[in-house]
Amino acid sequence: MTPLLSVHGITKHYGTHIGCADVSFDLYPGEVMGIVGESGSGKSTLLNCMAGHLAPDAGAVVFDTRTDGPKDTVTMSEPERRMLGRTDWAFVHQHARDGLRMGVSAGGNVGERLMAVGERHYGDIRNRATDWLDRVEIDAGRVDDRPTTFSGGMQQRLQIARNLVTGPRLVFMDEPTGGLDVSVQARLLDLLRGLVRDMGLSAIIVTHDLAVVRLLADRLMVMKSGRVVEAGLTDQVLDDPQHAYSQLLVSSVLQV
Amino acid sequence: MIELKNVSKTFTLHNQGSAIIEVTNDVSLKVSAGECVALTGASGAGKSTLMRMIYGNYLSQAGEIRIGDVDLVRAEPREVIALRREILGYVSQFLRVVPRVPTLEVVAEPLRAIGIGAEEAEERAQSLLAQLNIPQRLWSLSPTTFSGGEQQRVNIARGFAHSYPAMLLDEPTASLDATNREVVLSLIEAAKARGAAIIGIFHDEAARARVCDREIDVSRFTPKAAA
Ligand SMILES: Nc1ncnc2c1ncn2[C@@H]1O[C@H](COP(=O)(O)OP(=O)(O)OP(=O)(O)O)[C@@H](O)[C@H]1O
Ligand SMILES: Nc1ncnc2c1ncn2[C@@H]1O[C@H](COP(=O)(O)OP(=O)(O)OP(=O)(O)O)[C@@H](O)[C@H]1O
Ligand SMILES: [Mg+2]
Ligand SMILES: [Mg+2]
Repeated sequence: MTPLLSVHGITKHYGTHIGCADVSFDLYPGEVMGIVGESGSGKSTLLNCMAGHLAPDAGAVVFDTRTDGPKDTVTMSEPERRMLGRTDWAFVHQHARDGLRMGVSAGGNVGERLMAVGERHYGDIRNRATDWLDRVEIDAGRVDDRPTTFSGGMQQRLQIARNLVTGPRLVFMDEPTGGLDVSVQARLLDLLRGLVRDMGLSAIIVTHDLAVVRLLADRLMVMKSGRVVEAGLTDQVLDDPQHAYSQLLVSSVLQV
Repeated sequence: MIELKNVSKTFTLHNQGSAIIEVTNDVSLKVSAGECVALTGASGAGKSTLMRMIYGNYLSQAGEIRIGDVDLVRAEPREVIALRREILGYVSQFLRVVPRVPTLEVVAEPLRAIGIGAEEAEERAQSLLAQLNIPQRLWSLSPTTFSGGEQQRVNIARGFAHSYPAMLLDEPTASLDATNREVVLSLIEAAKARGAAIIGIFHDEAARARVCDREIDVSRFTPKAAA
C-alpha cells in the first residue's frame, strides 16, 4: 500500500534555535496519528511544516495526490500547494478564530470552502453547508449568525465543518479540544471518531491530552526538544513507554 | 493459531534509577483453534503482562509471537491494528470508551469496523446485550455511568460481537453474579465450538475447570532472582 503521507527528515530552525529536527514517518490511509510532547517540543512547528504553512529547512513531505500520485509538497509550486490546502487537506487550528472568518456567517464559513473549489450553485452550497452544520450539531437556525455569537465549543465545531465540507483525505489538527470544557471535548471526540470511520480520512493530531490520544489515535509520536524520542502503537507507547521522557510524560498524568 | 517462541519481557524504569524488572523469560507456548488455555500463577507472576504482550500493547524484548501470519514482536502499528480488527479480540478488565457514545454503539463498533452494516451490527449487539441481561432502557445511554458489573458485561458483549479467530480474556467472569457468569461461560464455549483459539486468566477455579483444556503456570517463566 502507498502511504498517504510520507515525511522524510523534516527540520526547521528558528535562527540557531531548533524548532523540529529530522522527523520521518509514513502515514497510511485511514490512520490517525497523535503527536504529544511538552510545550515547546516542536509539535506545532512540525505540523505547520507538513501542512505547508512553514517552509522547512530540510526534508520532504510526500503526499499521494489524486491525480499525479506521490509528490513532494515542499518543492511543488505555491498555487499547487494552495490547491491541496483547499481540497485534500484540512487544518483545524487550536483557536477556532484562526481557522474561521469571524465577519462571515456560519453558513458562509462553510460555503466559502466549497466556492473555493469551484462550486457555483447557491442552492447546493447552502444545502451542503446546512447539512454539515447539522453533522457537527449546530442548529440550522444559526446558519446566518456570525461565529462571534457562538460559544468556544460551537466555534470549534464550525471550524471542523468548514474544513471537512470539501471531503479532504488528510486533516491536520493542532490541539482541537484545547480550551474546551470536558463535556464539549467529549462531543467533539465522538464527532471526530465518527468522521474518521465513516469518511475513512486520515488525521494527524497534536495534543497534550493523553486521554484524547488514547481514544482517537492509532499511532503515537512523542516529541522532546524538537526530536521524536519514541513512536509506535498508541496503547503500546502509553502502557509500556520505552524512552525515559515518555515514561515521565505518562507517569505524570492520572491514569488514562 | 497463537504461537509464542522464546519470548522475553523486561521493564526498565528510567526514572526510578533505571531499575530493571525481569518479568518473564523464554516463554514458548502454542494454542490451537478450538482450544482454551488458562494462564495461572500467583499475583504478580506475569499473567496479565504476557497477555498484553500477545495483544501487542506491551513490547517484547525477544522472541516471536505469531497470530495467523503476523509476528507481533516485529509488526508495524498498522499490521497490529488490522490484526486486532479482524483476528485478535481482547476482553480487558476495564471498559474504556469515548464518553457520550450509547452502549448499543459501543458494542456494535467492532462489527462496524470490519464493514458490517449498521442494522446488522446493531441486531447482533442487541442480542448480546439481552443475553447478558443489560436492561434495554440502558442501551441508548453511555456506559460511563454504569455499575462495575454492568460495565464488565458491556465489555464482554463488545468483545464477543465479532467472531474473532483468536481471543484473550482477562478475568471475564470477575464481579459477575451466577446468572451472568453462566452466560459468559456459554459464550466462551460457543467461541471454542466455532474454532476460536482462546487464552484466559480466571481466578474462578470452577470456571477455569469448565472451559479450559489446559493450564500454563506462568511462574515457570519467571527469571530466577539475580544473586
Ligand atoms: N516563530 C518563531 N520564532 C522563533 N522561535 C519559535 C517560533 N515558533 C516557535 N518557536 C520555538 O520553537 C520551539 C518549538 O515550538 P512549537 O510552537 O513548535 O512548540 P509546541 O510543541 O507546539 O508547543 P506548545 O505545546 O506550547 O504549543 C519552541 O522552543 C518555540 O519557542
Ligand atoms: N507497565 C508496567 N511497568 C512496570 N512494571 C510492570 C508493568 N506492568 C506489569 N509490571 C510488573 O510485572 C509483574 C507482573 O505483573 P502482572 O500484572 O502481569 O501480574 P499478574 O500475574 O497478572 O498478577 P495479578 O494476578 O495480581 O493480576 C509485576 O511485578 C508488575 O509490577
Ligand atoms: Mg503548539
Ligand atoms: Mg493480572
